Amino acid sequence: MNLALRDIRHNKSRFIQTCLGLGLLLGVVMSMGGIYRGLFTDATAVLKSTAADLWVVQQDTSGPFAATSRIPEDIKFRIRAVPGVAQASALSFQNIQSERNGKPFRFFLIGYELGGMGGPPAIVAGRPIGQKHYEIVVDRAMKIALGEQLRLAGDDYTVVGLTAKMVSSAGDPVAYVTLADAQKIQFKDDNNAIRNSREKLADQLSRLPFLSSHQANQLTPQIAGIVGSTHIANTVVARLAPGADLAQVQERISRWNHFRPLTGKDQERILTEGMIKKAKMQLGLFRAILLVISGVIISLIIYTMTLDKLRVIATLKLIGTRNRVIVGLILQQSLLMGLIAYAIGFTLIGLTHDKFPRRVDLVTIDLQLLFGIVILICIGASLVGIRKAMRVEPAEALGG
Amino acid sequence: MTMYAVQIEGLTKIYGSGDNEVVALADATFDVVPGELVAILGPSGSGKTTLLTTIGLVTEPTRGRVVLDGELIADGGWPPGLDLKRVRREKLGFIFQSHNLIPFLTAVENVMIALENNGVGTKEARARSIEILKNLGLGHRLDHYPALLSGGESQRTAIARALANRPKVILADEPTAALDTENGKHVMALLKKLAVENNSAILVVTHDQRMVEGFDRIFTFSDGRIVDEKRN
Repeated sequence: MNLALRDIRHNKSRFIQTCLGLGLLLGVVMSMGGIYRGLFTDATAVLKSTAADLWVVQQDTSGPFAATSRIPEDIKFRIRAVPGVAQASALSFQNIQSERNGKPFRFFLIGYELGGMGGPPAIVAGRPIGQKHYEIVVDRAMKIALGEQLRLAGDDYTVVGLTAKMVSSAGDPVAYVTLADAQKIQFKDDNNAIRNSREKLADQLSRLPFLSSHQANQLTPQIAGIVGSTHIANTVVARLAPGADLAQVQERISRWNHFRPLTGKDQERILTEGMIKKAKMQLGLFRAILLVISGVIISLIIYTMTLDKLRVIATLKLIGTRNRVIVGLILQQSLLMGLIAYAIGFTLIGLTHDKFPRRVDLVTIDLQLLFGIVILICIGASLVGIRKAMRVEPAEALGG
Repeated sequence: MTMYAVQIEGLTKIYGSGDNEVVALADATFDVVPGELVAILGPSGSGKTTLLTTIGLVTEPTRGRVVLDGELIADGGWPPGLDLKRVRREKLGFIFQSHNLIPFLTAVENVMIALENNGVGTKEARARSIEILKNLGLGHRLDHYPALLSGGESQRTAIARALANRPKVILADEPTAALDTENGKHVMALLKKLAVENNSAILVVTHDQRMVEGFDRIFTFSDGRIVDEKRN
C-alpha cells in the first residue's frame, strides 16, 4: 500500500492547489529561461538570416546594430572586386516609430537590394518584393494583412508578403523594402528642406566672384544633386567564395580608409556581449532568484505537510512501520508534487509562449536542466521533512 | 511449565537525577498469561502509562526485566541490538485512547497497514482485514475514512488493527475514555472475547471504574507502585 498516494487521495484538493501554485511558479521560471534564450535569438535573428561572412561598416564604429554607420552604397562594387568575395550587397537599417489605429507602432526597417543579400529569409504568406518601389514585406507580429498599405515618409507601401519571427535586437518586428525605398525613407529630406537648401546653395554660388549668374544657375542643380544624394547604406555585407580566407579578406579591406570590416562572429559578440549583456544578466539573476524561491516554497510545503502528520508518523512508528515506509511517504509526495508542478508549468508555458510579446525560446537542455533542479529541490526539501519525521518518538502517539 | 505472555520483574523507571529525580514506576513485578485480560488502575501520575510504554518498548526502563512471549526485551535497559520495531510489529498490538487511526486511510486500509508492516502481501492483507472488520461488525464501514466513523466504530477499527497480526500482547491505553458507557462496555466485552479467542494477553490502562468487572485481574497503582492486586 502506497501511503503517499493514499494521503494525496484523501487531501486531493489541497495537493492539487499546491501543485497548481508551484506549477505557475515553475512556469514563470521556464518563461524566464525562454526569454533569456529568446533575447539571444532575437538579437542575432537579422544577423543569422543575412548569413554574411563580413559586415563592412563606417570606420571607428561598431555598426550597424550597435552604433550608427553610414557608408557610400557604391563601396559594394569595390568589395565585390576583392579576391575571395563571392557576393556583396548594401543594406540599410532604421527604427521607425509611428502611430497606427491610435497606438504606437514600432518596427525595424531593412532595405535590401532585390536579388542581393539580407532580404526576408522566408515568406510565410504572400510573395517577396517583386518591383523596385512601394512594396513592403512585414513580419506577422506587425499584424498588417496582405494588401494593406503602410504610409512611410509620405509614400504608401503595399504589403505583399509576410515573414515570421523576424525581429530586431530590440525585439521590434522587422519589415523589408528595397534599398532604394529605404534610402529614400531614411536619407531623403522633405520638400521644404530641399527647397531651402537649394535656395541657400544658389545664393552662395551667386556670391562667388568668379562665377557669372548664368554659370551659378547652371551649377546649382548639379551640386544639389551631389549633396542631396541618398546613395548611402549602413553596411555592405559580403559572402566569401568557398575556400576563401576570411582573415585575408578582412585584413585587405581593413587597409582601406574610412571602412571597418567586421566578421559575423564580431557582430555576434557586439550584439550579445554588448547590447543584451545586461538584460541577459538581469534575467539570469531573476531566474536564479525564482529558483531559490521555488526551492524555499517546496521545502516549506513539505515541512508543513510533515508537521501535519507528526502524530500519524508517531503512530506508524509505534505499530512497527519500517523507516523506509515513512521516508517513502515524504519523499514520494515531494517528488510527485515536483513532477506534477513541472508538468503544469511546462504545459502552461508550452501553450502560451507564442503569445508573449517577446520571443520565448524553450530550449530542451534548459528544460531538462530545470527538471533536474526541481527533482534535486524536491529531494532536498523532503530531507528536511524526513529529518523531522525520524526524530518523532513513538510515544507521541500515546495520550489524549 | 507455564508459558507467560508477559513477565515483569522489578521494573523501575526513574526520570531525572538527584533532586530532580522522579520515580514513575517502582519495582513492578507480575506475570500475565495468554488469554488473560488485565486492568491497570490508578489515579493520574500513578505510573500506569509508564508501565504500558515500558512494556510497549516506547520507554526504556531504568531497572528490571521484561520478557514478552519468551523474548527478553528489557534487562536494566533494552538489550543491545534489539530491534524494537520488529518486537512491536510481531508481538504487540496497541489500542489508544483516541484510537489514532491514520486519517488518510480507510478503515480497511488502517488494518491492512499493520499486516503489511509484517510482510503480508497487499491482496492477502486486504482479505484478512475485511474478515477482521466484519467479525467486529464493521463490514458496512470498510471504505469509510476515520472522520466518517463514530467513536465506537473508530475504536473497533483500532482494535482490529491491534489484532491483525494476532499479537501475544495487546496494550490498551484508556480505550473507553472517549466512549459513552454503552460503547465502552461493548468495547470491553469485545476485548475480553478477543483475549480468549486469540489467546492474547490484554493489558488495559484505565481509570474508568465502570469497566473493571469484566477483567480477570486488576492491578491498582499509586505513586509508581502496585498497591493492590485482585482476581475476578
